[in-house]
Amino acid sequence: MKNFATLIKQLDSSNKTSVKVEALTAYFCTASPEDKVWTIAILSHRRPPRPVNTTLLRIWANELANIPMWLFEESYHIVGDLAETIALIIPASNQHSDKSLSEFLQEIIQLKKKTDDEKRSYLQKNWLTLNYYERFVFTKLITGSFRIGVSQKLMTRALAKAENLDEDILAYKLMGNWDPNKISFQELVLDEKSSDYLSKPYPFYLAYPIDGEVSNLGNVEDWAVEHKWDGIRSQTIIRDNQLFVWSRGEELVTDKYPEFQSFIHVIPSGTVIDAEILVFANNNIGTFNDLQARIGRKTVSANLLKNNPVILKAYDLLEWQGEDIRNQPYEHRRLLLEALYKNIQHHNIPFHLSERKTCNSWQEVENERMLAREMRSEGLMLKRKDSTYQVGRKKGSWWKWKLEPLVIDAVLTYAMRGSGRRTNLFTDYTFALWQNNENGERELVTFAKAYSGLTDAEFRKVDNFIKKNTIDKFGPVRSVKPQLVFEIGFEGISLSKRHKSGIATRFPRIMRWRQDKKIEEANTIDDLKDMIV
Amino acid sequence: MIPLLAFNDNGIYCEQANVYLDPWKPVKNAIITHGHADHSRWGHQNYMTHISNVPIIKHRLGDINVTGKEWNESFTINNVKFSLHPAGHIIGSSQIRVEYKGEVWVFTGDYKTEDDGVSVPYEVVKCNTFITECTFGLPAFKWTPQAEVMCNINNWWAENKADKKTSILFGYSLGKAQRLLKHLDANIGTIYTHGAIENMTNIIRPMVELPPTTLITRETKKEDLLGNIVLAPPSAHGSTWIRKMTPFVTGTASGWMAFRGARRRRAIDKGFVLSDHCDWFALLESIKATGAEKIICTHGYTEVFSRYLRELGYDARTEKTQYEGELTENEKVADSEII
Ligand SMILES: [Zn+2]
Ligand SMILES: [Zn+2]
Repeated sequence: MKNFATLIKQLDSSNKTSVKVEALTAYFCTASPEDKVWTIAILSHRRPPRPVNTTLLRIWANELANIPMWLFEESYHIVGDLAETIALIIPASNQHSDKSLSEFLQEIIQLKKKTDDEKRSYLQKNWLTLNYYERFVFTKLITGSFRIGVSQKLMTRALAKAENLDEDILAYKLMGNWDPNKISFQELVLDEKSSDYLSKPYPFYLAYPIDGEVSNLGNVEDWAVEHKWDGIRSQTIIRDNQLFVWSRGEELVTDKYPEFQSFIHVIPSGTVIDAEILVFANNNIGTFNDLQARIGRKTVSANLLKNNPVILKAYDLLEWQGEDIRNQPYEHRRLLLEALYKNIQHHNIPFHLSERKTCNSWQEVENERMLAREMRSEGLMLKRKDSTYQVGRKKGSWWKWKLEPLVIDAVLTYAMRGSGRRTNLFTDYTFALWQNNENGERELVTFAKAYSGLTDAEFRKVDNFIKKNTIDKFGPVRSVKPQLVFEIGFEGISLSKRHKSGIATRFPRIMRWRQDKKIEEANTIDDLKDMIV
Repeated sequence: MIPLLAFNDNGIYCEQANVYLDPWKPVKNAIITHGHADHSRWGHQNYMTHISNVPIIKHRLGDINVTGKEWNESFTINNVKFSLHPAGHIIGSSQIRVEYKGEVWVFTGDYKTEDDGVSVPYEVVKCNTFITECTFGLPAFKWTPQAEVMCNINNWWAENKADKKTSILFGYSLGKAQRLLKHLDANIGTIYTHGAIENMTNIIRPMVELPPTTLITRETKKEDLLGNIVLAPPSAHGSTWIRKMTPFVTGTASGWMAFRGARRRRAIDKGFVLSDHCDWFALLESIKATGAEKIICTHGYTEVFSRYLRELGYDARTEKTQYEGELTENEKVADSEII
């Protein structure tokens, strides 16, 4: 555990990618195979199921701290992270533990089946044998994921370095469903086995937002133009008469979309499709808000299937007739995809093609982009016709060219302390717009929350204002004297019954602080509704 | 009956003596606990403070009318007896003892109980009512001894030196900077300073023995800095002045570094938990030691802390002040003012 805690501390205490990769590589070079498997699992969000609920965890930790429960809760609220709070309030120990990371994880897995008394004594005993940082890491293993700015990609790079393996092949091996408790390091990382690859997706290729003038990309004929759909990026695999659907988060989501099972009978085995999952009802693409209902549910009711049916909007083909075709040019892959679509079109399956737009000049591309809101897309995707399908976010061949965000001027009405890295400041804000109530009086109605977009200096100023202009406190939330106006940008907008304003906005964020505006000049809910296509 | 000390719009007021303690608005007579900007503000007609704070507030506030007092030297204004006692927060920081008709109040200003080797250590003053700060009044705050933290800081510097990098250590110009300076191991390399810290340190040198420092000027080459350490105020973080020093590693010494989030948010490479305020246990112990039955909490986690004190049986409450307990030490007005 000592080595792993030191690793986490190193990862946590630098903002530099190079330092993180170096720390990880050094760790992978010295850790035991069992610890390595668990480290890979933890850094790719494959933790064992939580053995204790957090209420009990708090109570038991608090018994050691010997303070009233409300004081523990207040501290937790201010610290913002449960494991960190527990590590901080428990008295320092003068013992130490030599158990390894994998031994701890075995115990944590076993713990789930134990009685509450056994759980309590196990946790309390271990908290007292670990030092502050180990205690934090140990508790994190139980409560949740580590947010230490290490992506799966970064971890893969370090592991590839330490084991002297090809990074892309390693990325492929680490994807999918594997159980750190059952697999050995040899099997997971070192062995080559084809049967394992049945459900395995390819790493996604991600586009960068375009910077500068689009015409700088060169000849328009070299580029394919599609709309950028606002759904879930997914990879659908049909191999050996089985279907697997992966989301971009490398999560297997097959069961959430039973509609796609029909593909098995129509699409030949040995096919992998890169596509967007979208809600599609009454011949219209739904909003992301409609899709949200599907993302959240594990079991899909008949009603949900009926009201929020999904389709697959396909834009690329990665495997065809059992062969990895990612190294073939985009143009070629598209032709195969379009041919596939043409062949199966007459079947009644939720499989659509993301159309390519023919544009003869950059001006025409720009005109197409202007149609995005009408098309229910976020903007355009530009893909070089001769490009291969690459791994991860790489510049050069794929670009996303989103619409400018919609903007509206709103009034700051509530604030909450930031969590995690922003615990000392009020940085999570709620914004409101004007609306007439039944008596015809103008009042402010909440419409969106946002917590990014200001500079540190601006956040400090606003934080200062909030502290001096708090009207009321409701637990963590403060209501603030309406006085500050901000320009709020968002990507999309739709009607919603779940929102007080009747409207849901997508990706709301603070564009700038309108210090020049008085609250009377902020926009109205009607202005917002006018933006709905 | 009016209380001996009352909180009004201007500050903490003793009506009987017509004197304010650390007022935040301009008043006639002010007794000042220490030189940080939120406690010693500009614009009062008469300042009274500890003699070692006199040069500090003169440096900060310019030509003011100020009288210096010794520790324990009592002076009486309209039958109210005042005296200053060491608070151990920074050099020249005092608690103010106020006595009238046998009733004793103590106002701590900011304080810590650990001896930092620079300021005169905190002294327990018995009283009936204790007005205390509680900047770090949460059980999550428990400090490690200074010797251990300074050892970590010196090791960090030595490691950076081995990597041929410049160490940049942030600490506010008054107090933290001199405390760090006092305990840096000058055998590792040269200690460079930012102008704000150099000026303040020069004011303090006659009162405390401190290692030599070298002011960074236009002529200083970044090659000269490699392997050495630079003491800089937190406000210099991210400035072009700092960026010119590449390759460098940054560190901050503050009580807030106890929170992982605080360090990450400020994009600092290394956080050292070192505070000039009391931690949770030090607050509780010093309150107990005063023997006071009434406790007033001024700045910091006041609501939480006073509620806990009430559960312990104290008559505790909070009072609103304009001391900036909720801001991080990094963001204290003092630094931006001096630069
Ligand atoms: Zn202070
Ligand atoms: Zn203070």
